Amino acid sequence: MNNALAVSGIVLKELYRRKDFYVLFILTALITLVMGSFKLFNDDKIVRYLKEICLLLIWVSSMVIAITTAARQLPAEKENRTIFPLLAKPITRGQLVLGKFLGCWFSSGLALLLFYVFFGVISGTREHQWPVLNYLQALSLHWIFLGVVIALVLLGSVVFTAVSSNATISFIVIVGILFVARHLNKIALQLAEPGRSIVYTIYFAVPHLELFDVRQLIIHNLPLIPWNMWLIACVYGIAYSLFFLLATWMVFRRKSLN
Amino acid sequence: MSAILEIKNLRVEYRSREAGQGIKLAVNDLNLKVQAGEVFGFLGPNGAGKTTTMNVLLGFVNPTSGSASIFGVDVREPIARQRIGYLPELTYYYKFLNTEELLRFYAKIFRIPRAERESRIDAALKLVELEHARKRLIRTYSKGMQQRVGLAQALINNPDLLILDEPTSGLDPIGRMKVREIIQRLKNDGKTVFFSSHELGEVETVCDRVAILNQGQLKVEGRVNDLVDQYKCDLEQIFLKIIGYEVAA
Repeated sequence: MNNALAVSGIVLKELYRRKDFYVLFILTALITLVMGSFKLFNDDKIVRYLKEICLLLIWVSSMVIAITTAARQLPAEKENRTIFPLLAKPITRGQLVLGKFLGCWFSSGLALLLFYVFFGVISGTREHQWPVLNYLQALSLHWIFLGVVIALVLLGSVVFTAVSSNATISFIVIVGILFVARHLNKIALQLAEPGRSIVYTIYFAVPHLELFDVRQLIIHNLPLIPWNMWLIACVYGIAYSLFFLLATWMVFRRKSLN
Repeated sequence: MSAILEIKNLRVEYRSREAGQGIKLAVNDLNLKVQAGEVFGFLGPNGAGKTTTMNVLLGFVNPTSGSASIFGVDVREPIARQRIGYLPELTYYYKFLNTEELLRFYAKIFRIPRAERESRIDAALKLVELEHARKRLIRTYSKGMQQRVGLAQALINNPDLLILDEPTSGLDPIGRMKVREIIQRLKNDGKTVFFSSHELGEVETVCDRVAILNQGQLKVEGRVNDLVDQYKCDLEQIFLKIIGYEVAA
């Protein structure tokens, strides 16, 4: 764990010394600020609509940060040849993968926290409501979602050679899961065998990332999700993250580096 | 003296990237022993299999057959690398870090206690004469300075065995001389150094024993003085004879 934490520290340092994170953050913050300052006819629906757009923006930005950061980790180590002096030290490839995951997860969590606090402050000052627990549930589930995304992208980075192809494929797969996975069971019902079994298998095998999207909780100030359900969703996400990390390690541990 | 590095019947094959080339043999039935406290030169022309052998020793490449051990531990075990310092041929480090941060990171990997960490960093930087630039980002360094960062990171754990892959490659004469001095100082401190180089004059000066590899096969192994006596010429001439290079009249 010590080694994994040391590697994650390097990932964090890289993120805050690069400019792309700041560009994305400032851009999202500016758009949120501009949208938050609109007051159109004192209409609640318009305010909620603007909140929805801002949250969608936060979702897209955080996903872009997570995917681009995770996709370049292992390939960049190999391409820049920094992996050689590193793996010549008493660190296992499993610790390296875990360290990269933790670094990306912590850094995207930090970015997420900044986004949510910024959005929460803008939104709270306009609505004079401070649903802190709603924000906490939305933020935590969003963070767990990013954990699954990062683990999946790390797996992609040991399978695909190019960073760009991994990032693009991962983005398409994740967006596909977000929009299509929840409907797969309904599609399966309309199919004949063996198509039905195949689609059902996919339905149960893919991580249902849509479960982590609880933006409505903030947009409509809905009552809190029961905490036991929240906990189950967290465990579900962590289990998928661990599964993808295990798969990454299995592929990476036997790979020759030269 | 006991062997601290041992290679037995090592064979490494890999799939060629070029279409229709099939399997390529990088190292064939290599047997080698390096004794504690000696400076061992690992020589051969480009493509002879030196870097592949080093990659096996460091666990980067899995051998097709045979085995290698360091301090009696199989090289595939990460613990075998606890007492090793490694300088790769091309030194690239995290360019967004400064030297001090880089060395601190590697010291953490070696689990050097916090209290001891800073003094080790100071000692390594002093040895490679980079104390003045410790806070500068590595990306602002010249090639020679980067090579010295490489040496500093290889020495951070006070290793008993140093594996150096062409440590003077691309350095100017002063840089080469400094690296040679460092190797000499390590030898005087009783460290074992296993290194590859194309600078045969330098090898002759600092090495106790050498091995010459050609097309993946060990051609010659022995003490430098014994080889010079046996072949009645200098190491460069011996090297050219062994790899079958005919000097034009």
